Amino acid sequence: MSAPDLLYSEIEEELRSSVRSLLADHCPPSAVLARCEGSEPYDPGLWRSLAVELGAAALQVPEEFGGAGASLRETAVVLEELGRSAAPVPFLGSAVLATTVLVECGAGELLPALAEDGRVAVLAVPFSTAPGTGFPTGVRVGGDGSLSGRVTSVADALPASLLLVPAVGGDGPGLYAVEVEAAGLTVVRRTSLDLTRQLADVTLQDVPVVRRLAGPGTAAAVLDRALLTGAGLLASEQLGIAEWCLATTVAYLKERRQFGRTLGSFQALKHRLADLWLETVQARAAARYAADALASGSPDTAVAVAVAQAHCGALAVRAAEECIQLHGGIGMTWEHPAHLYLKRAKADQLALGTPGFHRNALAGAVDLPGPVG
Amino acid sequence: MTPDIGALIQARVGALLAEYDPAATGRADFLRARFDAGLAWVHFPAGLGGLGAPRALQALVDAELAAAGAPDNDPRRIGIGLGMAAPTILRYGTEEQKSRLLRPLWTGEEVWCQLFSEPGAGSDLAALATRAVRKGDDWVVNGQKVWTSSAHTARWAILLARTDPDVPKHRGITYFVCDMTDPGVEVRPLRQITGEAEFNEVFLTGVRIPDAHRLGGVGEGWQVAQTTLNNERVAIGGQAISREGGMIGVVAETWRRRPELRSHELHQRLLKGWLDAEVIRLTGERLRQQLTLGQPGPEGAAMKLAFARLAQELSSLEVELLGEEGLSYDDWTMTRPEIVDFTGREAGYRYLRAKGNSIEGGTSEILRNIIAERVLGLPAEPRTDKDLPWKELAR
Repeated sequence: MSAPDLLYSEIEEELRSSVRSLLADHCPPSAVLARCEGSEPYDPGLWRSLAVELGAAALQVPEEFGGAGASLRETAVVLEELGRSAAPVPFLGSAVLATTVLVECGAGELLPALAEDGRVAVLAVPFSTAPGTGFPTGVRVGGDGSLSGRVTSVADALPASLLLVPAVGGDGPGLYAVEVEAAGLTVVRRTSLDLTRQLADVTLQDVPVVRRLAGPGTAAAVLDRALLTGAGLLASEQLGIAEWCLATTVAYLKERRQFGRTLGSFQALKHRLADLWLETVQARAAARYAADALASGSPDTAVAVAVAQAHCGALAVRAAEECIQLHGGIGMTWEHPAHLYLKRAKADQLALGTPGFHRNALAGAVDLPGPVG
Repeated sequence: MTPDIGALIQARVGALLAEYDPAATGRADFLRARFDAGLAWVHFPAGLGGLGAPRALQALVDAELAAAGAPDNDPRRIGIGLGMAAPTILRYGTEEQKSRLLRPLWTGEEVWCQLFSEPGAGSDLAALATRAVRKGDDWVVNGQKVWTSSAHTARWAILLARTDPDVPKHRGITYFVCDMTDPGVEVRPLRQITGEAEFNEVFLTGVRIPDAHRLGGVGEGWQVAQTTLNNERVAIGGQAISREGGMIGVVAETWRRRPELRSHELHQRLLKGWLDAEVIRLTGERLRQQLTLGQPGPEGAAMKLAFARLAQELSSLEVELLGEEGLSYDDWTMTRPEIVDFTGREAGYRYLRAKGNSIEGGTSEILRNIIAERVLGLPAEPRTDKDLPWKELAR
């Protein structure tokens, strides 16, 4: 096992800077806020620029399937920037979770539509599904090969045109691709805690299958790999959220004056921000390690993901909560964007396994078993 | 790294081992020869124990010499010399000081201690009151220092003393090298909550220091001390550690060996501690990848802050885990340990010793100020003491 590279390469920094300037142009907080209550909570124009023109959707797609043949390290850098701007794009759902499934299944013919046409695919599981918790049984394969059942709280399903559905048939678990437009399939928007990554419930009634991606031999492993990848990379998004919250709060405390002093000169507040900075520095190391482990196929990947998700999931929430508290009254208003980050952070904390779930996963992974009996 | 330097180092190591067979050479002779070969600290300049090579190459040298059975300089016994005095002497010392002091410092033939803190100057170190008055070519020093580890074995000390009480406190301090064998130096053990006396109080009465033993300019001691203090924090919080290195390794070992002690509540805290230890390890690893060259920055302060908190949580957890055994203590006898091992002795000792981790080398509160001001750029608290002459301060 080679030593993990916890830094950013020049290429990764260039990618970051392209994504950041795109987001600065297209998704200032005011635009994100205005969009989230409308009929189109996702930004299709931004998605097209990000996914197709900048090529971010194809980063982890191998070159043989028309992708960039980059790695999950680069994908993680994009997620940091998306977290920093709470961008309303289906990157995690499509370019991470669904794309991992398609790549793992070798479904090359479905990938160009995502990479080149900007179509959105999502893995149809509740967003709170943690890796390694068993194959979902809510959708059944009928005798005619069609799918019926229901999946709730699917992230990024609203803009999706392709669903990757875990379903159980007579021969066992499988992963199936279905078109959202297919007869018998409905996608109903939920009122989501996270305004910038909305959830939907998917109902299937005798829905025809485009193709079976994985059968009983591999479906569970592919699903777990996708969830593990999602959980590990979500840490980078959480890092981005924490960074925005910290930077925004520091900037505010340098401006805001009370008691005839800059608020940032009060030790009671400085110490809180110093602690938050420290945890953010730590989050960067943990998130980078997880991305590097996933990218290189390290045997330590399960531990790396559990560590990153347990630390970063909790940190992003704390950063957003500190951001609101230290902004005082303005932080409690709908107008100020802090709540977008709190909602994103809190939803992310529940997504793909809570920090507590991932901490407990360490018990088995590093041989620290609980009480006997 | 240039291939030339790598090759040069390889050749030097080979030549050193050929000329001084570790099995047949005395320890001190071998260490002196290693210093003279530029293999002591390769990032130091040639002639001063180094080769002007990247710091990262040191690990290679250490590993090769250890594999050949060569003695080391027992770095834990001389940490203050290596971690604090040496970088300061290198940066601010005269040529004479560097060539006289660095070699026996590195070989451990001359132990160093640090005379900075005073009973009235802890976190506010710049308020220190030990006076140095110029008399001809010498300075005459009077005052009291505290929390001095190794003072009873040290040959030399790095010393901060006030040379000008009429200017604001940061500007009237000068940095000296003090001879600990001077008859005016009195060292008394300072017993701590663990029962032992790792540290000392040092009384300085009419100690004479030649002006040639000044480091940096008169009145510039505060800037010189920043080099020392940044390096101290790196020395305390910045070592490379392996997974489960340090306090977590001790607690995890007890946990695995004693299943009958486990509870659900402690299990959750242990997993959180393991997680935090791993995150700190990764953060340290990332910092090392960033800083294989260059001076330690405020990140060292961050690492020390995190390390102290974790050591306290884990050592506290371990005492609880032990249940009835946690009510006993191994030994309150006053001893004078030469090497301090935070993870040594028994759980009670580790719990008590860890309390010092957030005080020594800059309290956690001061470190948070450093991060807030130097990294985040937040303004300092309004202060009344900064521009007043030192002698007018309320003390």
